[in-house]
Amino acid sequence: MSAATEAAPAQPGAGGGPLLAVENLRVGFATEDGRVQAVDGVSFELEPGEVLAIVGESGSGKSVTAQTVIGLTRSPNSHIEGSVRLSGEELTTQSESQLQKVRGSQIAMIFQDPMTSLNPVYTVGKQIVEAIRAHDSSIGKKAAHARAAELLGAVGIADSERRVDDYPHEFSGGMRQRAMIAMGLALEPSVLIADEPTTALDVTIQAQILHLIQDLNRSRGLATILITHDLGVVAEVADRVLVMYAGKVVEQGTLDDIFYDPQHPYTWGLLGSLTRLDQPRPHRLPQISGSPPSLLRLPKGCAFRPRCPHEFAKCKEVPGLEARLPADPNHCDRCWLEPEQKARLREIEGRIGLEEPA
Amino acid sequence: MLRFAVRRLLGAIAVLFAISVLVFLIFNVVPATNPAQRIAGKNATPQLIKNVEKEWGFDKSLPEQYWTQMKLIFTGEATSYSLAHINIDERILEGIPVTASLCIGAAIIWLAFGILLGYISAMNAGGLVDRFVTVIALIGISMPVFWLASIFLYYLTYKVELFPASGYEPLSNPGKWASHLILPWISLAVLFAGFYSRVLRSSMLDVMNEDYVRTARAKGLSQRRVTVRHVLRNSLIPIVTLFGLDFGVLIGGGAIITESLFNLEGVGYFTAEALGQQDFPSIMAVTIFGAFFIVLFNTFVDIAYAYLDPRIRLGTSAV
Amino acid sequence: MSDGASTGTAGGPLLEVTDLVKHFPIKSGLLVDREVDQVRAVDGISFYVNKGETLGLVGESGSGKSTACRAVLQLLKPTSGSVKFEGREIAGLSRRELRPLRREMQMIFQDPYASLNPRKRIGQIVGDQLKIQKVASGKELRTQVEGLLERVGLSPEHYNRFPHEFSGGQRQRIGIARALALGPKLVFCDEPVSALDVSIQAQIVNLLDDLQDEMGLTYVFVAHDIGVVRHISDRIAVMNHGKIVETGDADQVCEHPRDDYTKKLLAAVPIPDPRESRARRERTTAG
Ligand SMILES: Nc1ncnc2c1ncn2[C@@H]1O[C@H](COP(=O)(O)OP(=O)(O)OP(=O)(O)O)[C@@H](O)[C@H]1O
Ligand SMILES: Nc1ncnc2c1ncn2[C@@H]1O[C@H](COP(=O)(O)OP(=O)(O)OP(=O)(O)O)[C@@H](O)[C@H]1O
Ligand code: SF4
Ligand SMILES: [Mg+2]
Ligand SMILES: [Mg+2]
Repeated sequence: MSAATEAAPAQPGAGGGPLLAVENLRVGFATEDGRVQAVDGVSFELEPGEVLAIVGESGSGKSVTAQTVIGLTRSPNSHIEGSVRLSGEELTTQSESQLQKVRGSQIAMIFQDPMTSLNPVYTVGKQIVEAIRAHDSSIGKKAAHARAAELLGAVGIADSERRVDDYPHEFSGGMRQRAMIAMGLALEPSVLIADEPTTALDVTIQAQILHLIQDLNRSRGLATILITHDLGVVAEVADRVLVMYAGKVVEQGTLDDIFYDPQHPYTWGLLGSLTRLDQPRPHRLPQISGSPPSLLRLPKGCAFRPRCPHEFAKCKEVPGLEARLPADPNHCDRCWLEPEQKARLREIEGRIGLEEPA
Repeated sequence: MLRFAVRRLLGAIAVLFAISVLVFLIFNVVPATNPAQRIAGKNATPQLIKNVEKEWGFDKSLPEQYWTQMKLIFTGEATSYSLAHINIDERILEGIPVTASLCIGAAIIWLAFGILLGYISAMNAGGLVDRFVTVIALIGISMPVFWLASIFLYYLTYKVELFPASGYEPLSNPGKWASHLILPWISLAVLFAGFYSRVLRSSMLDVMNEDYVRTARAKGLSQRRVTVRHVLRNSLIPIVTLFGLDFGVLIGGGAIITESLFNLEGVGYFTAEALGQQDFPSIMAVTIFGAFFIVLFNTFVDIAYAYLDPRIRLGTSAV
Repeated sequence: MSDGASTGTAGGPLLEVTDLVKHFPIKSGLLVDREVDQVRAVDGISFYVNKGETLGLVGESGSGKSTACRAVLQLLKPTSGSVKFEGREIAGLSRRELRPLRREMQMIFQDPYASLNPRKRIGQIVGDQLKIQKVASGKELRTQVEGLLERVGLSPEHYNRFPHEFSGGQRQRIGIARALALGPKLVFCDEPVSALDVSIQAQIVNLLDDLQDEMGLTYVFVAHDIGVVRHISDRIAVMNHGKIVETGDADQVCEHPRDDYTKKLLAAVPIPDPRESRARRERTTAG
């Protein structure tokens, strides 16, 4: 497929299958107003060295999907169905103590909000040391501390020898985010789940972090799930893309599929809203009108229907996630429109979009 | 850290000064009756009232009055007229070991049980164990101290004679000391243990939802390490606050009921006496003394806080 | 002389900042503070904003953008320098003297979640300023607030809801409504869209655009996303290490940057087009 996958040394998963396979994952939360189906039947596979990007509306279940992979959404008010397999081994049925061995060392996770994801009462270094020693207590405290400083240096924190002993509140937002990344990479995991890893970073540091991740993809076959709202970041590093809306995957395909041949109107809307530096600026940014649906009261049929300018009678039935282009069985979407119609409707003023800006 | 501690202590001294002025004003200026009359007691002769007036400086200006009175109280010369002419400060000093024995022992018990029960409750939130512990804690909270103490006294010392009746024994004989204090300790601790367990439970449940706890789990730490090092440690902060206040109040003479019922002649016991006799100098001294301990322990709390939460420590030293 | 021309600066800029400095002292010492060092967060910046225009502010994280906004608004006391609003010096004014100016200059904060009090209803959050400044009360207050909510694309029925019942984009609108309540002339937007996904970003940016057209607002717009900044700004200022390294017309700065740091910044902007970003990667690895 893309350059990155070819360059990755094929690291055979235990059973010859994919490194990580998520199948029909459903996550529901009981709330006072009723059950919120945050994730509704998500499936994907991840190969070593691959970068899978997940994009989608805020609240569409991206973070919940990612956290469920390592069992972090388990709680009395949650209901989880489906399967998650790491090298063929089922994770959803594992006990907490079995999962502990997987977390951090085989699947590491970087969380969305860098401001609150570090414990304020311990130094940054101590928190990285804790992660290292949780999986290998034979490493001495000193050695682990030195390793923590080295990792901070690797994510571009200047003077890392000294800053490693700072408390999180002494770091700026961007530095905390990098500390989280350092922690995630500390144990050389085979899968990295990065939830909005660069929102607090300016573009130069963002580029540095993305390069770091890409290097690891190539050199070690690190497989990455990258959750982001920045389509520029997706274009830079992803191999495949999942687009989520209201708990469901509405489109999935390769990077080029999604950017050059998008099938779902929501994807068109996302691409249409982009601001691009290399193109003349439009008078008004195209937007997707309306707001995301409440997960408590999803519209009947296609969840995007209330905001979709192209809806028609059939949309009252739920569209399945299917390959609708005969030529490309791996490019799937959930929209009832015919591929020819789509190719016509998505052309807005010479580029892809949902509708003409008002 | 040292810089922080020194600053806090200086602050505490300023607060104490303010409190002493306030107490002075409340006792001397606000009431309508002649303060000397009240100090001397109900059946005082005019001569005695004159003496008191002179001794307490009521014939002088307010700042001088304040100065004289504080000198009396702090140099240990204040005598009580209504309470058989005892020396107030000596009486308070004698009371301190008794009160300290009572409060420290009780505090250890209530902290141990409060934290244990709170922890168990939070770890099993919503489950049967949690409900059971909740009921126990609520019973503890709603049991009046005097009632519990009376029950203990009646059944365990009078009926069964399991424990010695009452009074205080000095620490020089530890066995006797403890056996005399065990019932007061428990009576005093039950309420606080119940209350602290509730506070810790809710604080832990809050902290469990913090993002950094999720990070700790995602690192692959054991359940135990996550709860102890990340959840419990961060949940103890409100407990520390409460403890500083409660302990300061008790040691400053707040354990009135327990001390009186068990005949422990500590600061609280003396407070009760003073209140009963409406003995003005004693009440004033006890109030200032109590305030002193409350402020002192609050200062300790602030320092402990800064230790527990580096943001506070460094925040202040950066300003 | 200046009879009748009390509004004065007909031709001059709305805001003029000259040599603004904000240093944070690092103090030490057991009892008496000694200044041992300082963080030079803003280190002598000068810029102006004309009425009705938008100035974009971009730069490295930690380069002092937020600090600069706060110092201009006098939310932080500047160390030195001059800030002229409508030709009038406002640096060093007392709180009392600043109060009427607060109506004219407002700030929209970066984090829509943290800047709204979770226990207050939307109506209160938006109306508080009006009440404090004694602009309106009672029924009139409610009508005004409902009008504001409608103007930012919320509906009057949201008046009694709490912040947690809103999505990220809606919360940001609440923040905007609050900033607009007193009819300001100048609004500082500190990363108002960073946390939002592109379609909601677009909604907010368009809303700011519309409000500018309708009410003649002037913006200072801070963001990491240079694409968004270019879209909304007339001119852009680039900050690095507490200094402004380049200012100019938005398209000019983005297409023909002069300063090295600006070039570096622009080169790092990800291109949302896989083929082009691949091509760029090949160019850089080849070169
Ligand atoms: N513990 C929970 N209890 C109830 N609802 C929850 C819980 N966690 C998440 N949700 C809901 O699940 C939905 C999906 O949330 P999620 O965090 O996955 O969104 P997201 O796609 O990551 O959005 P964003 O881009 O804003 O981060 C949201 O509507 C959220 O309110
Ligand atoms: N109260 C403070 N005390 C000490 N230093 C501070 C304080 N506030 C800000 N700084 C420092 O001033 C510098 C500029 O901070 P500022 O928040 O203005 O950056 P910024 O450009 O807004 O960055 P970002 O893009 O990450 O928001 C930083 O180095 C920061 O650490
Ligand atoms: S199925 Fe219908 S409503 Fe849904 S996206 Fe397609 S056209 Fe729009
Ligand atoms: Mg998320
Ligand atoms: Mg900032």
